[in-house]
Amino acid sequence: MEIDPFIFRLSIFVLSILIGYYVVWSVTPSLHTPLMSVTNAISSVIIVGAIIASLSGNIENIFDISNIFGFLAILLAAINIFGGFLVTQRMLQMYKKKKNK
Amino acid sequence: MSPNLSAIFYLISGILFIFALRGLSSPETSRQGNFLGILGMAIAIIVTFLSIGNFSTGIIYVLIFLVIGGSIGAFIAFKIPMTDMPQLVAGFHSLVGLAAVFVAIAAFLKPEVFNLGTTGNIKLASLIEMSIGASIGAITFSGSIIAFLKLQGLMSGSPITFKGQHLLNALIGLSIIILIYYLCVTQSSNFFWSLITISFLIGFLLIIPIGGADMPVVISMLNSYSGWAAAGIGFTLENSALIITGALVGSSGAILSYIMCKGMNRSFFNVILGGWGATEQSLSKGTEQRPVKSGNAEDAAFLMKNASSVIIVPGYGMAVAQAQHALREMVDSLKKNGIKVSYAIHPVAGRMPGHMNVLLAEANVPYDEVFELDDINNDFANSDVAFVIGANDVTNPIAKTDPQSPIYGMPILDVEKCKSVLFVKRSLSPGYAGIDNELFYRNNTLMLFADAKKMTEDIIKNLD
Repeated sequence: MEIDPFIFRLSIFVLSILIGYYVVWSVTPSLHTPLMSVTNAISSVIIVGAIIASLSGNIENIFDISNIFGFLAILLAAINIFGGFLVTQRMLQMYKKKKNK
Repeated sequence: MSPNLSAIFYLISGILFIFALRGLSSPETSRQGNFLGILGMAIAIIVTFLSIGNFSTGIIYVLIFLVIGGSIGAFIAFKIPMTDMPQLVAGFHSLVGLAAVFVAIAAFLKPEVFNLGTTGNIKLASLIEMSIGASIGAITFSGSIIAFLKLQGLMSGSPITFKGQHLLNALIGLSIIILIYYLCVTQSSNFFWSLITISFLIGFLLIIPIGGADMPVVISMLNSYSGWAAAGIGFTLENSALIITGALVGSSGAILSYIMCKGMNRSFFNVILGGWGATEQSLSKGTEQRPVKSGNAEDAAFLMKNASSVIIVPGYGMAVAQAQHALREMVDSLKKNGIKVSYAIHPVAGRMPGHMNVLLAEANVPYDEVFELDDINNDFANSDVAFVIGANDVTNPIAKTDPQSPIYGMPILDVEKCKSVLFVKRSLSPGYAGIDNELFYRNNTLMLFADAKKMTEDIIKNLD
């Protein structure tokens, strides 16, 4: 019997949880706030789904209801991506200045 | 681009996200990590465009929304004060949650676009995955909105509880499972919309009974939820970047929740079921007047000048008073006098994990002078002065001695072991936990009744 592809995705998922577990425990507590803002930014990779939703389908009918949900999701995810990475960068920048002091 | 090639690129972007988190293991590597995260995101987005390959007029709208969203995000990122980080993160979580809901809706309405079958005949596994993604996304959204309102002060931080709350939540939780079952059996959109509506409702109901003091746990928990929602959508879209990211974020949020709970010695369920600040019974106990020693800036300056080592214990009150810059100046002039100064940070010192570290970093405090509870707690006994500014409950020795106390068992900073304790506070009022702090009445404690910023500035004047 063939293995369902779902099992492979599940394997990726379970292994990633384990990686996440070890990687996050190694994050220094003083960077826990940037950790939260950066996880926020990367979870917005959901924008991939939003782009597919809004670009696919009937070309004549861009403003189909499902495309509109795609566009809205792009908007939300884009706020998060830019906001998340930039605010993380801004915070991490503050951890630098002291070196040359 | 062929599906196989794009799948490989999605895997690469997932790996880059892992490195982004790995970079945060030290401030030195963190900026590089953030850059890898941005790179991973860029790869994922570009690959998606290439794999669709169909550059119809639709792409213009996609870019427009991308630019509008990006500008809003960038604007917020540059404007937000560091004290408001918890609200910002809560707000961002709500957006991830809502985006997950929207993508799930789009997939439900047009499953053929994502190769999930046809409308009314969606593959069973995909249907389960997308309903779980949509449901968790909706919970994340409404829960984060409540957390945002509470943190922003637009809604009272006190827990909102009512009779039968837990029963109601349990019933709603059960009906979510029943709705998913019927959705799978019938494929009817009615069940899908009801599922989303009811998930919004439970997210709202889950967070309202949780008090302001527990917000660090709530934010971490919602962080975790937003990850699981993304992973659910990742399964639906068969996208490894999303599955990897969802799993990373999910476990990250879960670990942070665990750390926060441990910092308050509370079980996760105890927090979720609500109401710490709700227990007011202990307030009445502290009505009798007990003698305290109070002093002024001059006394404080004198004590610190003659010390050889000083430990600063900052709390959220310091940030509220915007005293962090003045505090750093004070420490600078202490260091000029050859006094060893370090900072002690309790895990729940701020309003979110690591919040206090960021606030100190903003005030140019070198991160190697800032220590976590476990690393510095033994040093109090060998230090001359502890300078407590804006912290309260996390220094209360009652947590070790009184099993009746609501904070009994919570790890605390052993401030009372210092030769002398300077406690900056406006009044003797209790902290978030609503209990009296034993430390106020100790012989070696000198209370400095004033606004944190003003007191620190006065001390600086007296140090010179």
